[in-house]
Amino acid sequence: MSGLEVLTQIVFPVVIGAGILLCLLRMLGGPTTVDRAVAVDTTTTVTVALLVLLGFVFQRYVYLDVALVYAVLTFIGAVAIARYLEGGL
Amino acid sequence: MLIAGAIITSTGTIFLFLGSLGIFRFPDVYNRLQAGTKCTTLGAFLTIIGVGIMQPDWFLKALLIALFILLTNPISSHALGRAACKTDVPLCEQTVTDKSQEFEDCRRQAQ
Amino acid sequence: MEQQNITAAERIKSFAYLLVFSLAVWLALTSSVEIQEVGVGIAISVVVALWLSRYYFRLGLPPFSAKRVLFLFIYLVVLGAEILKANFDVAYRVIHPKMPINPGIVVIKTGLKSDIAKMALANSITLTPGTFTLDIIGDNLLIHWINVKAEEVEGATEAIGERFEKYLKVIFE
Repeated sequence: MSGLEVLTQIVFPVVIGAGILLCLLRMLGGPTTVDRAVAVDTTTTVTVALLVLLGFVFQRYVYLDVALVYAVLTFIGAVAIARYLEGGL
Repeated sequence: MLIAGAIITSTGTIFLFLGSLGIFRFPDVYNRLQAGTKCTTLGAFLTIIGVGIMQPDWFLKALLIALFILLTNPISSHALGRAACKTDVPLCEQTVTDKSQEFEDCRRQAQ
Repeated sequence: MEQQNITAAERIKSFAYLLVFSLAVWLALTSSVEIQEVGVGIAISVVVALWLSRYYFRLGLPPFSAKRVLFLFIYLVVLGAEILKANFDVAYRVIHPKMPINPGIVVIKTGLKSDIAKMALANSITLTPGTFTLDIIGDNLLIHWINVKAEEVEGATEAIGERFEKYLKVIFE
């Protein structure tokens, strides 16, 4: 493996995965419900980027479709959670 | 081409990690939202565009996903911030000013 | 539901815009020019455009002109620069061991009238250094500011809103 391959196939996914882990910790420890919702929202955005990157690593075009649908659904989900917390779903 | 894409993707990756670190470190919801919105929006945008540059066949679809995130991420964060504001989530100790009382007066006048 | 009276010409114009837009999105999504895929795309675009053309004018988008496109371009460049600045600003605050934050919630005023212009302003404020739109009523915006420099309405408006308003005023009004 060349240096570039190591970088794209191992280093980037690991760094993004560490970020997701930090978000999950905040999700477990967040003092209020809104904290947890914010952590979930951030995790999903990071996950969309990770899915596209993994699609490149495994050379699977279908991962891009998965990422697109995931982005659409989590946007609607985040707005729905926010409306629910406000008390007016 | 591959190297240019890798540079853009690495910048995006670093911003994504920093955004998550901000979510972990900042003291209250509003500061967390700031880190979570700005860093992850640009980070995801750059990561996805970088992949599109490394794999030129995928560029159009990658651009579509990136633009979608750029447009919708501020909106969902804004909705969460509004929910935090309405449910009176406490501010952290370093807070210097809080004018939300004045804003409530505006709301009452509007009604 | 409030029914607006739109003339046939406006309806056809909005239908054409939506048809072109949804077909462009379809072509970007499928990334192929096979006859079957494009045929299905045209059929779906016609249905979507017919369905949404009556709602298009509620967005309140202004008529097309060269000046607006020019200002939109300048605005996007300014916004891109601000987004980059915002990210380095947040990154600095996150990495710094003591976290130099000085947060607060302030109210600012805007001179924009149409809803879509206010939405664009609120989203721009969210993406620029240290500021985050929490709520909006009429022409008042509630802003969370990570590094408060001016507590009163006038100073905060000058520091946060002004740099985008002059472009958005030309683009949307």
